[in-house]
Amino acid sequence: MTQDTDPTPLDEEPRDDVGTPEDAPDMIAPDAAPGEEPEESPDEADTDDVFVPDPSVFAEDGDPDGATSYLASGADWDDIVAEQAERTDSVIVVNMGPTHPSTHGVMRLVLEMDGETVLSLRPGIGYLHTGIEKQMEYRTWVQGSPLISRCNYVASTANEAVYCLAVDKLLGITDDIPERANVLRVMAMEVNRIASHLIAIGSGALELGATSVTMVCLQEREHCLEFTDSYCGLRMNHGYIRPGGVASDLPSDGLDRLRELVRLLESNLPAIAEFTLEQPIIKLRMEHVGTLDLAQCMALGATGPTLRATGYGWDLRKMQPYCGYDTYDFDVCIDTGMDSFARWKIRLAEMDESVKILKQCIEKLERTIGQPFVIDDPRIGPAATMTVGADGQGASNEHVKLLMGQSMEALIRHFKKVTAGFTVPPGQVYTAVEAPGGEIGCHLVSDGGLKPYRVHLRDPGFHHAQTMPMMCEGGMLSDVIVALGSIDPVMGGVDR
Amino acid sequence: MGIEERVPSGVMLTSLEAVIGWMRKTSFWPLTMGLACCSIEMISYGGAPRYDAARWGQEVFRASPRQADLMIVSGRLSQKMAPVVRRLYDQMPEPKWVISLGACASSGGVFNNYAIVQGVDHIVPVDIYVPGCPPRPDQLIDAMFKLKENEVRRQPLGAHAVAARETAEQAAIDAPALHELKGLMR
Repeated sequence: MTQDTDPTPLDEEPRDDVGTPEDAPDMIAPDAAPGEEPEESPDEADTDDVFVPDPSVFAEDGDPDGATSYLASGADWDDIVAEQAERTDSVIVVNMGPTHPSTHGVMRLVLEMDGETVLSLRPGIGYLHTGIEKQMEYRTWVQGSPLISRCNYVASTANEAVYCLAVDKLLGITDDIPERANVLRVMAMEVNRIASHLIAIGSGALELGATSVTMVCLQEREHCLEFTDSYCGLRMNHGYIRPGGVASDLPSDGLDRLRELVRLLESNLPAIAEFTLEQPIIKLRMEHVGTLDLAQCMALGATGPTLRATGYGWDLRKMQPYCGYDTYDFDVCIDTGMDSFARWKIRLAEMDESVKILKQCIEKLERTIGQPFVIDDPRIGPAATMTVGADGQGASNEHVKLLMGQSMEALIRHFKKVTAGFTVPPGQVYTAVEAPGGEIGCHLVSDGGLKPYRVHLRDPGFHHAQTMPMMCEGGMLSDVIVALGSIDPVMGGVDR
Repeated sequence: MGIEERVPSGVMLTSLEAVIGWMRKTSFWPLTMGLACCSIEMISYGGAPRYDAARWGQEVFRASPRQADLMIVSGRLSQKMAPVVRRLYDQMPEPKWVISLGACASSGGVFNNYAIVQGVDHIVPVDIYVPGCPPRPDQLIDAMFKLKENEVRRQPLGAHAVAARETAEQAAIDAPALHELKGLMR
């Protein structure tokens, strides 16, 4: 649909008729009723330098039904060409997505274009709506952790962390979490942060056509995934952080694996920075593209690398420390470029900081070997003491002996805990942690039952998606891809 | 007796189906269609040096359905996305195959709720199901090889294709409705 079928040349005169109903681009909107289109307002001719969104495309304030909606189903090509030919201006509507190789998943963008210039951009979301928030109301408190892990699947540990911190807070056990549990949580979050940043950098580069960057990033990510695989059995969607602690301790060779991971990352990560930061094509594509200044970030709720790229060092790990982040020595990475390249640089620098935190984790884990990894509360902790046998992980023989032969009460408690779980006192809390993409928050409401009353996630990707028009309108079409890659919205988190 | 006895030595006879199937199975062009978590593993399969699908000539993912012959439905399929996926499938030229990657694509997975299609076989015919949440890239490699051996290499042509279509249609007509199924696994 990028063909310009308008007979008049593009640069003939400034268009003052953009946004009038006559150029309603309803080529793929069969439900647009021509008779119902609003009259042209008389003062619109004065605003020839200001783009007025087409009221038949986008709903205005107070518009009840949102007028025309564009469907992702397309139309017959001949019809599209014919309707485009009838238009009196050179505005064309380009539908991008929901399956486009450069839209970071199933995001959809509807663009109004004048030639290569983006006049307006509207993100279309919901193509990955999974109903996770609703489904969590029908799962126990512990089952929520693996479920919420699948929201933002690239940075899944941050989802679990924010949810479990909320449950901890509601249970009133935030200060009783054992030290080793907190260290393991931090370790999981930082390994996941590196993996997520590598995907953000790698796919961002892939969308620009730089496949070698992607390969190097994926290669390093494999090392991270191999490590997560060793302690929780899964490469992605770990469900590792649980209310009261973590699901399991490190395996016997876990510390060695972590040391090896740190060694690999320390030696390999700088290479990515080396061959991208001075790369003229990457710089040309990214510098001064997708700019967001501090005021815009504040207005639109942008956080994470996007906010820190404006020079404001807002990092929840420093500002509101959780899981003992205040005991780690690391720097908040900031940049003042405000553009896509600044976010790229921040992600690269943050990975180095995460490696620094991982090294401190090693020290703390060495010091706390043998200490509990979950709260010492029979109500909340795991139902059985687990062990790894010849046929995989399962309840330990001693525990089975206790349940089956010695204590009827222990058997009842085990049964109740496995089938029903535990209750959480009524109330509501909000917690926030620094996810790789930005600030992720969890609003949790309990009515005192075995399941949450309401779980709501404030995902950074959702708020970053709304910065897209601000970053892209007035720019080039090719810069939309760069801007989208730089905010790294993961649609699983955006749509949930 | 047959033509085999009259051809000179050193000439081997085979069927056109076998030759074309043999060539087809080494030239997959998968469609770039990532939906959710499994798509990240699909990217690892295609792009990560460890898995390196280029070893079997499968790294060329195509963004246009017109140039693709394999659809990897990678991840949960929402009700909103379902018509889009079906449209992409319709736009792919024959012959085409579908891999359902992951538990959500195969059966809805853990998401038994209002938003998720309970298995992509509700909207497109699936050739091979890959379990896992998400499946490892190794599993996708395995699925690819099984698909090549069992489906692609044996793709019928001409009269055989017509007969296969008719058999499949008759089987679908004869298949009992859900309420007619008896037994434990209803």
